[in-house]
Amino acid sequence: MLTHCRAAIVSLALLTLITGVVYPVVVTLVAQVAFPQQANGSVIVKNGKPVGSALIGQPFDDPKYFWGRPSATSPFPDNASSSSGSNLSPTNPDLVKAVQERVATLRAADPGNTAPVPVDLVTASASGLDPHISPAAALYQVPRVARARKTDPHAVQELVERHIEGRLLGLLGESRVNVLELNLALDRR
Amino acid sequence: MTANGVLQLVLYLVVLLALAKPLGAYMARVYEGRPCGLDGVLGWLERLVYRLSGVRPDEEMGWKTYAVTMLLFNLAGMLVLYGIQRVQGVLPLNPEKLGAVSPDLAFNTAASFATNTNWQSYTGETTMSYLTQMVGLTVQNFVSAAAGMAVLVALIRGFARRSAETIGNFWVDLTRTTLYILLPLSFVFALVLVSQGVVQTFGPYAKVTVVQPTSYDEPITDTGGKPVLDEKGQPKTKKSTLTEQLIAVGPAASQIAIKQLGTNGGGFFNVNSAHPFENPTPLSNFLELLAILLIPAALCYTFGVMVRDTRQGWTVLAAMTVIFVGLLAVCVVAEQQGNVFVKQGVDHTASALQAGGNMEGKEVRFGIVNSALWATATTAASNGSVNSMHDSYTPIGGLVPLWMIQLGEVVYGGVGSGLYGMLIYAIIAVFVAGLMVGRTPEYLGKKIDAYEMKMSSLVILIVPFLVLVGTSIGVVTTAGKAGILNPGAHGFSEILYAFSSGPNNNGSAFAGLSANTPFYNTALGLSILFGRYWLAVPVLAIAGSLARKKIVPTGAGTLPTHTPLFVALLVGVVILVGALTYVPALALGPIVEHLNMIAAR
Repeated sequence: MLTHCRAAIVSLALLTLITGVVYPVVVTLVAQVAFPQQANGSVIVKNGKPVGSALIGQPFDDPKYFWGRPSATSPFPDNASSSSGSNLSPTNPDLVKAVQERVATLRAADPGNTAPVPVDLVTASASGLDPHISPAAALYQVPRVARARKTDPHAVQELVERHIEGRLLGLLGESRVNVLELNLALDRR
Repeated sequence: MTANGVLQLVLYLVVLLALAKPLGAYMARVYEGRPCGLDGVLGWLERLVYRLSGVRPDEEMGWKTYAVTMLLFNLAGMLVLYGIQRVQGVLPLNPEKLGAVSPDLAFNTAASFATNTNWQSYTGETTMSYLTQMVGLTVQNFVSAAAGMAVLVALIRGFARRSAETIGNFWVDLTRTTLYILLPLSFVFALVLVSQGVVQTFGPYAKVTVVQPTSYDEPITDTGGKPVLDEKGQPKTKKSTLTEQLIAVGPAASQIAIKQLGTNGGGFFNVNSAHPFENPTPLSNFLELLAILLIPAALCYTFGVMVRDTRQGWTVLAAMTVIFVGLLAVCVVAEQQGNVFVKQGVDHTASALQAGGNMEGKEVRFGIVNSALWATATTAASNGSVNSMHDSYTPIGGLVPLWMIQLGEVVYGGVGSGLYGMLIYAIIAVFVAGLMVGRTPEYLGKKIDAYEMKMSSLVILIVPFLVLVGTSIGVVTTAGKAGILNPGAHGFSEILYAFSSGPNNNGSAFAGLSANTPFYNTALGLSILFGRYWLAVPVLAIAGSLARKKIVPTGAGTLPTHTPLFVALLVGVVILVGALTYVPALALGPIVEHLNMIAAR
């Protein structure tokens, strides 16, 4: 029994050293050399200042910006140090109410637009940090953004179309638009 | 289902099944002690581990010694993991100054990670220091997977050997699994994940200035950190402006690689693989999905090689795949249909421009197909990582992962544990077939006697007992009901899901349930422990008993176990046991909820 106890303790210590120290440290070293941008959070720098991560959504509610997915993080949306989904069930009245309010807010910001709202624009994302919206959700917002910026809707639409990332090899995943990158491009125009 | 959706699912299955043979053959070499290539590189490390821990690798064990050493190793791992969490505040590599984890949460996490369950009661980025994540959690991700695979290999040896007293050496199986299978795969996979955008750093959380400052209602807290309530009992808030984002990072990729490959599933971040830093692109998603089922599927081939009849392995793999494909289709279709309650003024239709469907709790880059595929795969394997929030699934879409867990995690299942569970079902299947024609059942040339049947019955019955009794305690106690988020039948489903996920060692959740309470941490922690070891020990007992038996030559009365007929029989037994045990409970949860939805339509 004593030999088994010794084997348990010593092999745990050694495997801890191998898988819990050497392995993550070596992965970190290689990652920091080979992929420093990705390994540190894909941070976007503008005028020397970090303004966000290409992979993390940011809250937007100004009509002149494209808005992202609703976020259920607390105490504020897109809280990147405490990710969370809403976990509301499909039959929960709170979910129905929240979706209706989001539809109403979008309509109020763009009174002429009577098209049905793309579903991803009024439902909370899984992470609360979704950086993307569907191309449909981006195109839906073009008239509002163009009006708020007093520019030609066609130019805005063209910008959106340039920012659509298709499925990988036309097959994997879903096509999408990165909201933060689109808004930064809008500001640069 | 869209054409692209079907294509994505087919591609996934084809790649998965194509990889089963090469990896399975490699693993058979590792377990049979044959040269595997990597032993030339890491052999010195393997021998060093044996020498320092006083293990004689050529000394084999009987099933009782094998079980005792497995339990001792797991106990030591649990105690260390509990200890690290309790003192992480004074340990290094804690840039966010996170304090000690509470005793009940530390117990729950230690039990959960040592058993390959990885139920997460905690929020990774606000609870666990980098050191705890690495030295505590990542290590258990490796060794709990290796322990599960060791038990499986012991059972396979039971089938393969004749008139033998021993079933292998636990230390050797544990060490070789870790060094030659899990570590190299994880290393390569972790770096591929980083290339896609998964973070891997020891630096502090990144602070950025947001593009558009937004205002929000900040809850007012008193000096003790408790929210201040107004006259109506609602929390008081004040207007605040958000100008900065604090972005959690950390050594995530190294942990995520093994979390998927070892069917662990514990996320680095709270929302697990839905987090863009855990799963940033469709490619990372495809590879992580593949990693979830890769080893469990390949082990079927390993089994075939080790019992000297690869057809037996393919048969088991076929049975698993049949169940998987059936339930997968149900889940995808249900989610694509969307939620009838939020259809007014909303466009749910799938098109080239959007995924459509029920997008609450899902990410745009994954859409419906990859979310539903993940939900089915992660619960088929006892992985439990999520890339969408199962709690927000439609009733039928959510029933699929729930029932998949309740089937006992045998459809691919956890690494090792899935196949040993399925082999127990195979024993039951030959027993049922034997009853039908009045012959003594045999499997792989071994007579199945009363002893094996008693142990198999234990394996089949213990988990449903834990699930159903746990759920009943959850729904009748105040402490249990206090955790519910969603009203009505769905609230019951949340508790049922929690107590299904724990004892079956899955680890996913209907996460609206507030499970970080002393009640849930303790109850689920205990059910997790019973669910793992009360199965593993009878399985080892069967291994020991089978190893002692002679091989019976096949005769005219032998039921061949490599035929489509046996696939059907095996699928039938798994589905029947799962349905008979759980339909009453499911009727009270997702099925009632689904009827509510139909009524509203």
